[in-house]
Amino acid sequence: MTVTPLPTPTFGGGYDRQAGPRMGFFTDTSICIGCKACEVACKEWNLVPEDGPLALTGDSYDNTGALGANTWRHVAFVERQHEDQGLRWLMSSDVCKHCSSAACLEVCPTGALFRTEFGTVVVQADVCNGCGYCVPACPFGVIERRQDDGRVFKCTLCYDRLKDGLQPACASACPTDSIQFGPLEELRERADRRLETLLEAGVGEARLYLRDETGGVGGAGAFFLLLDQPEAYGLPPDPVSTTRDLPKLWRSAAVAAGALAAAVAVALVGDRR
Amino acid sequence: MSVPRGDGRSRARGEVVPEAEFRSYYGRPVLKQPAWTIEVPWYFAAGGLAGASATLTLGARLAGNHRLARGAGTAAAAGIIAGVPLLVSDLGRPARFLNMLRVVKPTSPMSLGSWVVAGFGPAAAGAAAADRLGVTPRLARTAEVVAGLLGLPMATYTAVLLANTAVPVWHEAGRELPLVFAGSAAASAGAAAAILTPAAAAGPARRLAVAGAALELGSAAAMERRLGELGEPYHQGAAGRYARLARVCTAAGAVTVGLAGRRRPAALAGGLALLAGSAFERLAVFRAGFQSAADPRYVVGPQRERVGR
Repeated sequence: MTVTPLPTPTFGGGYDRQAGPRMGFFTDTSICIGCKACEVACKEWNLVPEDGPLALTGDSYDNTGALGANTWRHVAFVERQHEDQGLRWLMSSDVCKHCSSAACLEVCPTGALFRTEFGTVVVQADVCNGCGYCVPACPFGVIERRQDDGRVFKCTLCYDRLKDGLQPACASACPTDSIQFGPLEELRERADRRLETLLEAGVGEARLYLRDETGGVGGAGAFFLLLDQPEAYGLPPDPVSTTRDLPKLWRSAAVAAGALAAAVAVALVGDRR
Repeated sequence: MSVPRGDGRSRARGEVVPEAEFRSYYGRPVLKQPAWTIEVPWYFAAGGLAGASATLTLGARLAGNHRLARGAGTAAAAGIIAGVPLLVSDLGRPARFLNMLRVVKPTSPMSLGSWVVAGFGPAAAGAAAADRLGVTPRLARTAEVVAGLLGLPMATYTAVLLANTAVPVWHEAGRELPLVFAGSAAASAGAAAAILTPAAAAGPARRLAVAGAALELGSAAAMERRLGELGEPYHQGAAGRYARLARVCTAAGAVTVGLAGRRRPAALAGGLALLAGSAFERLAVFRAGFQSAADPRYVVGPQRERVGR
């Protein structure tokens, strides 16, 4: 078994060779039919509460809106009028990316967020104290504090099901295999073949999103085949894990602390009584 | 940094528009609004005041200015005693506050900051109490040294905490934000000590207040200049109002304390203005982050520029 190395020090080493291959999602949006079975299956299995009063947004068939504390799968609907092709209707099921360099996990001060033996990123509800630091740290706007509860919640990649050798609820429910679950290495190969097929068939807009480890989040455990720019689906085009710049930030703070110490020292010069 | 115009909705609405237009998903934000409540910027102000005051206490003690050390030490204790409840009450689960001390995580400024607070708080409060009561002088001096040294990270770590997020107006200001916070902390510490110390002994406090105000105003201006269009929130809405208040209060307070601080009423009025300016500065930075996260232009624009079209 190959274990995809992760920059987060808790993976691999932390499991002392007990870590299996890194598992993830490949969401092929070219075959998504917008049925929202993934949204329903996720809510049912994970007992995710209602995310507000039932209402229509007016944004195509999307009445879910966005990922959040109470929405762990979200199907986006993008209607686009093309000059030559007529109406193109894009659908895409979004989910927590389980980043290789996961800012939420790295900034979590309590260790509530951790890297599982499957390489996924999960919140321990019994540890989280609701500090909220992970919320603005996530470059995808995924993790969120549940108002009435105080703690943060997000997709667990069905950690409980994985432990029992099952696949996540959303992937099980997906009728078209748009959501594919498996070892990340395998999914990446499958995605590369699918992209090649689509490009050969003349779907020039097809592209893989978050597949490569060279990106700002070091690639993701959940990656996508998109048919338009990421931002059309509400995804950031070049997400970066904020902690990549942390050494620079600490150096700036050291300079500022030095300036403060110098200001105090200078203010006191010649003041002896 | 340049940010595209428009609300990002037109493409999604089905119109064919030039590729140069900024795009989004129905104009929805990419980032979540921070979960932090209004206690947080007040904690930043109180913690900054406490940190810089403790450093001033240590300096004054070393310089032999014991009356100033007492005034600044009182401000340090007051700041941290006011700050910690603010910090705890912001948590979604306040009863689990001590979970902050489960781990030591260098990748989390909040984790390191919690350890700084855990060391600084008892030291600063203990030193001030012992000084006032005249008990355990040697322990009090040791505590003063600990608090004085920890006061430096205490006054600056909160800037790293904000900059270490995906929020553009915070993250991209990573170089200047610690200087803004350090300046703001120094200004408030100088102001508080100038109020709490007899005028004859408060000369260094007044000088620190003026220097801190200059650092705060100068680095805030540099921050806005470097942010360019990403810094727009500092001119709009609540953040814009707080930023203007911060500039006016800090400048007026610094001039008053600097020129007339030897007189009691001026020290009081100017000092209070500086304390208000310091709090408004943190409120401006805090609110600017919310405004920045709410608008997908600030998130998508620079990223699209990076990867090309």
